[in-house]
Amino acid sequence: METAIFIVCAAVVLTGAVGVVISRNPVHSALSLVATLFGVAVLFLNQNAQLLAAVQVVVYTGAIVVLILFVLMLLGVDQEDDLADEPIIGQRILAGLAGLALLGSVLVIFIRGGEQVVTGQHSATAALSKDLSNIAQLGRTLFTTWIFAFEITAGLLTIAVIGAVVLSRRPDSYEPIPEPESMDDDTAEELA
Amino acid sequence: MTLASLSIVPLSPVWYLVLGAFLFTIGAVGLLIRRNPLVMLMCVELMLNAVTLTFVTFGTMLNDIGGQVIVFFVLVVAAAEVVVGLAIIVAVSRRRPGANADDISLLRG
Repeated sequence: METAIFIVCAAVVLTGAVGVVISRNPVHSALSLVATLFGVAVLFLNQNAQLLAAVQVVVYTGAIVVLILFVLMLLGVDQEDDLADEPIIGQRILAGLAGLALLGSVLVIFIRGGEQVVTGQHSATAALSKDLSNIAQLGRTLFTTWIFAFEITAGLLTIAVIGAVVLSRRPDSYEPIPEPESMDDDTAEELA
Repeated sequence: MTLASLSIVPLSPVWYLVLGAFLFTIGAVGLLIRRNPLVMLMCVELMLNAVTLTFVTFGTMLNDIGGQVIVFFVLVVAAAEVVVGLAIIVAVSRRRPGANADDISLLRG
């Protein structure tokens, strides 16, 4: 059963991920991203991480993707990208080669390591408990062992909110800045 | 030893790691080849999700709840990153509508 769920979810996750990259329309990319995030949430369930599965759906698909879609609609940048246009020569090929190198090196480790690929001690203090529910155990660990990281997280969120407000504030003296000189091909050639 | 020697039934946890590797690679390649800043942001989300999946799998393999706790922090960082990233995109788009990553490479709006 676990295997069947994994295979179906892996197909959904990978299809969604490829859809994010190759969709011409950014809205389609965002919807493909939802498929991927849902697939990952089910894979969390498959590994007995129930709370994370719920949080994944609520936070990622419920908040982050909706936020991205809001900005897409707000800016009206839903026009389709021209994927055939390749401004930097060889960029696609180099990116593909870099991706293959990355994937290949990781897969070599998995193939060589097999079942023993994850080295390290099994947990002595924070083992997955059979008695406590997943959410109770996570909460207990988060508010004891990881309490300082948790507190710092609060600071990070505050900084992010303030940063977003400052960045998106419309200046009082609003005027579009002129075209930067180096953007202009003619002046760039003159400078060169 | 090959990947095929890993057991499918019952499912070997290594398969989750393999899936995470594929997901991360797709996200990384997408980040490199796409020029729409919003799509690039989505590709970063793909990479973050690959890492969270890997963390949970490590937690399962080592019988440790820490693998799941750290996913919370990844989620928070992802949320903060998206908020700030979208604010920058909105601020840039106000001055240069339809700007892509090549246009804003000077970070001058």
